[in-house]
Amino acid sequence: MMQTASTIPIAAPREPAWVLPYRGIVGMVCLILAESAIFLIFVVAYIYYIGKSLSGPTPAQVLELPILGTVCLLSSSFTVHFAVSALRKGNVRGCTVGVAGTVLLGAIFLMTTAREWYHLIHDFGLTIRTNLFGTTFYSLVGLHATHVAVGLIMLTITLALLLSGRVKEAHAERLEVLSLYWHFVDGVWVVVFLVVYVLGR
Amino acid sequence: MANGTVLEAIDQTLELKRRPPLDVVYEWVSTVDHKKIGLMYIVYALIFLVIAGFEAVLMRIQLAVPNNHFVSPQVFNRLFTMHGTTMVFFVGMPILFGFGNYLVPLMIGARDMAFPRLNAFSFWISAFGGLLLYFSYLGGDGLYGAGSAPDVGWFAYAPLTAKVFSPGHSTDYWTLSILLTGIGTTGTALNIVTTTICMRCKGMKLSRMPLFVWLMLVTSGLVFVAVSPLTAAQIMLTLDRYLGAHFFDTQAGGSAVLWMHFFWIFGHPEVYILVLPAFGFVNEIIPVFSRKAIFGYPAMVAASVGIGFISLSVWAHHMFTVGLGPAGNTFFVFATMVISVPTGIKIFNWLATLWGGKIIFKVPMMFCIAFLFQFLVAGLTGIMLSSAPFNWQLSASYFVVAHFHYVLVGAILTALFGAFYYWYPKVTGRMMSETLGKWHFWLFIIGFHLTFDFMHVPGLLGMPRRIYTYEAGRGWEWWNLIVGIGALFQTAGTLIFVYNLVRSYHRGEIAGHDPWDAWTLEWATPSPPPAYNFAVEPTVSSRRPLWDLKHPEDQDENYE
Repeated sequence: MMQTASTIPIAAPREPAWVLPYRGIVGMVCLILAESAIFLIFVVAYIYYIGKSLSGPTPAQVLELPILGTVCLLSSSFTVHFAVSALRKGNVRGCTVGVAGTVLLGAIFLMTTAREWYHLIHDFGLTIRTNLFGTTFYSLVGLHATHVAVGLIMLTITLALLLSGRVKEAHAERLEVLSLYWHFVDGVWVVVFLVVYVLGR
Repeated sequence: MANGTVLEAIDQTLELKRRPPLDVVYEWVSTVDHKKIGLMYIVYALIFLVIAGFEAVLMRIQLAVPNNHFVSPQVFNRLFTMHGTTMVFFVGMPILFGFGNYLVPLMIGARDMAFPRLNAFSFWISAFGGLLLYFSYLGGDGLYGAGSAPDVGWFAYAPLTAKVFSPGHSTDYWTLSILLTGIGTTGTALNIVTTTICMRCKGMKLSRMPLFVWLMLVTSGLVFVAVSPLTAAQIMLTLDRYLGAHFFDTQAGGSAVLWMHFFWIFGHPEVYILVLPAFGFVNEIIPVFSRKAIFGYPAMVAASVGIGFISLSVWAHHMFTVGLGPAGNTFFVFATMVISVPTGIKIFNWLATLWGGKIIFKVPMMFCIAFLFQFLVAGLTGIMLSSAPFNWQLSASYFVVAHFHYVLVGAILTALFGAFYYWYPKVTGRMMSETLGKWHFWLFIIGFHLTFDFMHVPGLLGMPRRIYTYEAGRGWEWWNLIVGIGALFQTAGTLIFVYNLVRSYHRGEIAGHDPWDAWTLEWATPSPPPAYNFAVEPTVSSRRPLWDLKHPEDQDENYE
């Protein structure tokens, strides 16, 4: 064996710089994975029960395409992305505008959902007890709306912190974690939209 | 005299150690230290292990002789529901995540988990879930009546769980406790994955991580995709019971089979969530007591990840008797049989590690050898049951009960006992008694084989599971009696183990930082490790950093 202690210092510089990913991003990716599995089960239940309701009303009779809400929610992905990239460049004002726009668009989305539910409950008498459509519709759309609401609360807190001047360029990575969650909520809406309003009708 | 000074010194240490009990409680309740949280997980799981074991003994007393009236049928239903639920959710998962919590940061050279406060939150929410489940004994019927525990079985098939068939609150306690522990488990899994990916010390590449860390990583990944469906199904069940939704309401067109799918999409990967950390223990213990590096490290990692993926596609082998049709049956028979390939790779690698090694039969190693035999048998009956026609005959019989207890007790609990003897010196600074350990080992292993070897037979003779009693003359009496006697042996072994844990804490031999001459990083810290784990962040250059430290002339990296 010719290995001696002299090999150690030679071996040391060969190691590349030791950089590991930011833990916030990894943690959020894990959370998104777990949440995706929850949504997947609700989506499977929705698809499985399409057309199996024993009584009306049916989706074709009562559902309308939520165009305004969808446009708002999907555009909010761009505003939150704009906010993150602005903060990364140190542009706190641009970031504030981006986050405020995201909060506004998300709030409009939630209001369209609330209007839709009011319409369904009040005018058509469709509740979670009515039939399988009601059961699966309110639980899937409601689960998504809950996630939007949670995201909105976090974004509103961020907005308050931005307005009080506590957010610096150094926090860009943290805001990115939040934006990942928001992109996920948007992505889920694309699936919910396709399943509930396109496939299910 | 010297004696006097020694006594004085002891008095001083006692006084230094003795603090007001409230301070100690406050310290533990408010801690975010991964080692303390890990220990709380383990102690809490051990308490539930004793409770759920006691429930098992009650059931075996009831079944020991035919036409027995030791407990009523209702109580028997509650016993097997609570036994199963407790063992899976409040013993298995917390104890394994407790070890993960304690060991993963130490093994990868980190000072704590990635999210220490989330870690504390996950523990307390899981612990609260366990308390909620047992509170059902008081509050199951609501505040106005005598309470009762849930009696729907641990997989709670629909439509038995509907409000009509299960009135009162006992099923709700079951649902909520599993929902809470599911949230806690997901939080811990998230923490372990993030810690493993982001907190490794310099030089600790993925290809150098100890295999236990790899297996905790795979287990945690499985938790995201397996426990979440159960959480979703529990939300649906709660909606059914409280808001009048119809997910599992067959009267309104809902499907009872859908619940079975959702439950087993969780239920089968859950077995692997429990067994993979047990593989991890064996991966660490066998090489140290064979004085050889593990054989086929890359194959072990690949097999673990392979098991993780395949385990997601086998769930419906719990549902062959539902009638899935030829295509469904073929797929799930095939997938179930395929999973024995990576598992076989592991068994051969462990054998190859033993081969030519200088084997030391200390108690941890004895448990690992027992694990090898018992896990093999458990796997073989698993292959038998994976064949659909065989399964049609024996589904919901005692053969199935014997098979999965062979996995859970014969493999997981056995490896876990080995892990206790192996890491106890690190955690407390004192060795566990070898003599008591050998008593524990032999009593437990003899009891295990009396119980679960002989339990296969009444199953083959047609005894269904979950019955509270049976008539004489069916040929089941002797088998059940032997099974019951085995349970007593196991109880005796477990009590010795608990006594050993307590006794060794006060009177065990002082261990020093590395009593087994081991190779992974946790043995480089003092026993017990300080709150910050490592005074200087370690740097590693091979899979066995402590070997490198002890043998500077023969570095491991030359062979990897």
